[in-house]
Amino acid sequence: MRPFVYERPTSVSAAIAMASRVDAVRVPPTGADTQFIAGGTNLADYMKLGVAQPDRLLDLNTLAEPALRQIRINDDTIRFGALVRMGEAADNVDVRRRCPALADSLKFAASGQLRNMASLGGNVLQRTRCEYFREISWPCNKREPGSGCAAMEGSNRQHAVLGTSDACIATYHGDFAQALVALDATVEIEGPRGRRTLAFAKLHKRPGDTPDIETDLAADELITAIEVRLERWSSRSRYLKIRDRESYAFALASAAVALDMDGETVRSARIALGGVATVPWRAREAEDALQGKVLDEAAAQEAAEAAFADARPREHNAFKIPLGKRTLVRALLETRDMKG
Amino acid sequence: MNQAAPAPRENQGDPVVRIDARLKVTGQAGYPADIVTANVAYGALATSSIARGKVSGLHTKDARAVPGVLDIVTYDDMDKTDTPKFGNTGASSIGPLHDKTVFHDGQIIALVVAETFEAAEEAAMLIRADYEDERPAASFDSKGVKMEPAAGKNPMFKEDAKAGDFDAAWADATVKIDEKYSTPTQHHNPIELFSTTAIWQGDQLTIHEPSQNVTGWKVELARQLKLDPANVRIVSPYIGGAFGSKGPMTARTAIVAVAARRIGRPVRCVVNRMQAFGTQTYRAETRHRIRMGAGKDGRITAFGHEAWEVTSRPDPYVVGGTSATARMYNYGAVLTHVSLVHADRNTPGYMRSPPETPYVYALENAMDEMAVALGMDPVEFRRINEPEKEPIGGKPFSSRSLIKCYDQASEAFGWSKRDPKVGSMRDGDWLVGMGCATAIYPTAAAPCAARVRLTADGEVRVQCGSHEIGTGVRTIAGQMAAERLGIGMDKISVEMGDSALPPAPVSGGSISTASVCSAVMKACDAIRGKLFAAAAGRGAPLAGSGNAKLDLKDEEVVTETGKSAKLADVFKAMQVGAIEEYAEFAPKGSSPEALSKLYAGQSEFHGGENDEDSVKYAFGAEFVEVRINSYTREIRVPRIVGAFAAGRIMNTRTARSQLMGGMIWGIGQALHEATEIDQRHARYVNRDLQDYLVPVNADIKQVDVILVPEIDHQVNPAGVKGLGELGNVGTAAAVASAVYHATGKRIRDLPIRIDDLIG
Repeated sequence: MRPFVYERPTSVSAAIAMASRVDAVRVPPTGADTQFIAGGTNLADYMKLGVAQPDRLLDLNTLAEPALRQIRINDDTIRFGALVRMGEAADNVDVRRRCPALADSLKFAASGQLRNMASLGGNVLQRTRCEYFREISWPCNKREPGSGCAAMEGSNRQHAVLGTSDACIATYHGDFAQALVALDATVEIEGPRGRRTLAFAKLHKRPGDTPDIETDLAADELITAIEVRLERWSSRSRYLKIRDRESYAFALASAAVALDMDGETVRSARIALGGVATVPWRAREAEDALQGKVLDEAAAQEAAEAAFADARPREHNAFKIPLGKRTLVRALLETRDMKG
Repeated sequence: MNQAAPAPRENQGDPVVRIDARLKVTGQAGYPADIVTANVAYGALATSSIARGKVSGLHTKDARAVPGVLDIVTYDDMDKTDTPKFGNTGASSIGPLHDKTVFHDGQIIALVVAETFEAAEEAAMLIRADYEDERPAASFDSKGVKMEPAAGKNPMFKEDAKAGDFDAAWADATVKIDEKYSTPTQHHNPIELFSTTAIWQGDQLTIHEPSQNVTGWKVELARQLKLDPANVRIVSPYIGGAFGSKGPMTARTAIVAVAARRIGRPVRCVVNRMQAFGTQTYRAETRHRIRMGAGKDGRITAFGHEAWEVTSRPDPYVVGGTSATARMYNYGAVLTHVSLVHADRNTPGYMRSPPETPYVYALENAMDEMAVALGMDPVEFRRINEPEKEPIGGKPFSSRSLIKCYDQASEAFGWSKRDPKVGSMRDGDWLVGMGCATAIYPTAAAPCAARVRLTADGEVRVQCGSHEIGTGVRTIAGQMAAERLGIGMDKISVEMGDSALPPAPVSGGSISTASVCSAVMKACDAIRGKLFAAAAGRGAPLAGSGNAKLDLKDEEVVTETGKSAKLADVFKAMQVGAIEEYAEFAPKGSSPEALSKLYAGQSEFHGGENDEDSVKYAFGAEFVEVRINSYTREIRVPRIVGAFAAGRIMNTRTARSQLMGGMIWGIGQALHEATEIDQRHARYVNRDLQDYLVPVNADIKQVDVILVPEIDHQVNPAGVKGLGELGNVGTAAAVASAVYHATGKRIRDLPIRIDDLIG
């Protein structure tokens, strides 16, 4: 592991001041000399592997602001401080009652030990686990722009079928983000140029020609909170995760679904897909296909077809298309059968 | 008694608690990399990023500049040592720093030694190599592999088994199966990482390294380093996951020893998990073609098993599991053939039941297919083909309780409630399937020495250079001494895992319990002889009793008629404080030099199919229920039942634990475990526990182990059949059978995943 400077800022303003740099907006946070660390479950791993090479780490665990560690729930919103641990949020009974998709997306992620360390702010920013990205002797456009993509013709069973580009097919492996993108969450961001609120759906960027640029964040910006509005569909929401084993495995396919039902008819549906896409994936075509329909297996199937109409498989991941569709069908039917 | 400690049935020993249980669960057991070593420096490996070619240049300047770096051992630095040898003791003939040729991905190109682990790791990552790279051949289907018949290429596999006229029998068969099966590459991922700590004191070298073969390693390392074996000691008191991975010594051990000599300090190298994939041994992928012919009555008339195994370019590693599959049932004519496929890969090595796991998987899957083709219950089909004698050599089985195992396991499982119609059983959205398969493992033993000391106050010390790889052999050896000497377990200590102790064979092939217990028993019996002679001697406490009628119980010499003498009094009469006996055990049929070979680190195995009088195997039957979601097709295993017969069971607790662990691994082999290989570059891709999947607790629900009583006086003096590698044989086939029953899909290539069922 490379030597690095380790510092512990005591407030958000101090942290962003320490990270501040004039060219921050042009530097992805993952490529900056100074990087933030919270739970460290992803960054410390990648530092050991030589994938992340920050010269300086700012530890956020010493930030004093109490709101960073709080889950606040009122009639309209659930607000998660960025330093809330995944485990705390997963176990929060009100989160589960008010919005099951959020709780399940956290509960089914990682392992108990990892959930106890990982922060929510860090969790949504976790980087892909693509094996070719993790191992520095392979070419990888995300890790080393312009070097090529070893996964494209390589071992790509885990890789994405939606939102891919010719430069990158790495999957976004998180779970929580699928629920957030389905539920129209917002993120609050602090930086030297001020505070801003961003739709969660705009946080992650598709790889395109620049897979090294993964988010909308500048190098000196910090997520401080994540907010989800509670609506008619929040309590009728579900996160279904399909994986190779029952725990501690990334999704092969997952679906976050929230339904606003009028009897058997869909007033509106919110759908996001995981394990199959390069970013947290909102399936608007599927939502549109369901609107105003009686939600039966045929309607669910039609929505699933719409969701994967543009899917592009590689050699080993074609199974994710039928699996992704069936995951969505099952999630829709199971959500339908929940009490509204 | 509870589930973990089954009540002993006939010919089964008490579920004595492991004597090191408390040490292990409290973290007090010192594993080799835990041993506190003064002034130790840390080593880290740099490994190749190509699989075939030559290293044309090595850039170490940046690495040397890292603060704290003490030395870098690389090409030319091993010149005064001999290259490793491939065989029982050596993992591979590749001497990575003796030759700039790259034979495989992840081959060692340098060892960095530094003041700290972190500095060593950083420097190792800064080493850059220039390569003249060539297109590598990754596996079976790659261009440039070399194929050859396996028979005779390796002393472990002398010939292809055959019997009768297969071609004629196959042509005549009424019902035929001709199918292909495959098993994937699998890598050892023990929780205890691989490590070497080398300490020199003058010309005396001590190696702390997890090892399943301390005596073999001592001799082999001395050869490589050109030392007198008397000056080399291998210490490995506890091993955190072995399963064959710590059986053969790898090239690293000598490299670390050379580094320690160069810097004049102890060096410890703990290999990170990713690098273990290229620097340790593994289970290579296999392919099988099985042809099975039968009559309408269900009798098998023809059995053909062809197989292909991958190995490295230079080494003929072969498992050759046809030796067992050819003897499993009453086949009629048999034809087998094993081929080796040399590719640009590291040399494979032993992994729990090396031959049987892949080969029996293929056979048992075919048996299930044949039962379906015959419209016959798969248990009944096996019953019909139960042999009187093994079909290849016509020898009897020393004992064979397979049908008893099927009867007891199927009863406990509730097999009679299975509706044989495919896809007929369902629970809501979940398809239910049930399947079964046979487990088999050859029973062998090897020469072994042991020393036992009994003191006047009843303290017993057992010493044997065997290895506690988690099986419980230390406890079991203690139990044998406790029983023969009439002493409680609390007064028994057992020393193992040190080449300074009396030599024992490699802890592989499930031979340890039989070999170690036979040697310990012999030493104890010599002590008994001395005690009884003294106790019954003129003027002694039990004068005139006669040896034959004496026994030892509760620290007393007792007679059949109820007389007794305290041990302390017998010692007093003998005027000694302790009796110590050194015993050497050699199995029946051992060569005259078998025992001297033991001291030279060579294990001569006897048993299995190689004995004159009979073939010796342990058997089991496993039943599995699977549930498969009708939408998303994920496979769950809510329960598994296995019944096993393995001669005398020394300890029902440790036996159950071994078999349970085996079945769990078998579920992993069926559904999870596989190394992904980048076929273009012949490189391993999923080199960590994130992507190399093994079952987690959530995957394992109910696991039931039935220990079927069996008595076998032929196998060895202790009457013990090894069972450490029995439980995971057949499991994957039972799962495949259950998946077929649930879905109608016959999956012949492991692991069985959603990909196979979703289409």
